[in-house]
Amino acid sequence: MTTQEAPTSVHSTVTVEAPIDRAFSVFTTGIGTWWPPSHHLLQGELAEMVFEPQVGGNIYDRSVDGNECRWARVLAYEPPARVVFSWDIATTWQLETDPDKTSEVEVRFVAETPQRTRVELEHRNLERHGAGWEQMSADVGSADGWGIGMQRFAAAAVA
Amino acid sequence: MTTYPDAALVALADPTRRAIFESVAARPRAVGELADGLPVSRPAVSQHLRVLKNARLVVDRRSGNRRIYEVDPRGVEGLRRYLEQFWNQALPAFKAAVEKPQEDKP
Repeated sequence: MTTQEAPTSVHSTVTVEAPIDRAFSVFTTGIGTWWPPSHHLLQGELAEMVFEPQVGGNIYDRSVDGNECRWARVLAYEPPARVVFSWDIATTWQLETDPDKTSEVEVRFVAETPQRTRVELEHRNLERHGAGWEQMSADVGSADGWGIGMQRFAAAAVA
Repeated sequence: MTTYPDAALVALADPTRRAIFESVAARPRAVGELADGLPVSRPAVSQHLRVLKNARLVVDRRSGNRRIYEVDPRGVEGLRRYLEQFWNQALPAFKAAVEKPQEDKP
């Protein structure tokens, strides 16, 4: 696992002991099996995460009482090598409806061997979230959704 | 010493400081104006602003005999660091899910 410094993007890489097809499918349609449980914008208890496997599809969270939060648009879907999705989360920790103010996540899958896959993630164009990003931090203490994760992070930082 | 952006998160863990930061984020303001809108003294507001400034959440500039506080435009770095932290947690969870023994073909 490595990270690089870059002003408006984040890079992260992980190598998994699995064939490329499985790595791709777990990352995409299996997203609900690994996504950090505290990181949801949804109101109410999470029932499932859905990754619609096509360009123009969404990634969304669904609550047990039927609310949906469509927080990403699938911009590229090229199994098993590459997927790109938008990050439609505004600086207010609400859905961002203006695509010009969203960042994007590109994930590339590279077969190192038939049983090992390197997964390279780039989250880029963070500056598009604009000058109002600060509100994201301001909502650290909100009782719902990502605020909880942020609070935990803050608590860990203090400890 | 706490390093940025931990400093930012710690700074914002205090509700009064968060309220001050939200006011400044809405539009640039002077200390007196911030104190008027909150149930805290002016020196307390100044102290909170100092913490926010050290955390690189706000910057100040002189305007006549007043000091105006506004959000720090370098703040995108805070978002970047936050997301870096997020992905560095999420990808190991992804690895664990991928490598988990399969009972059935997905």
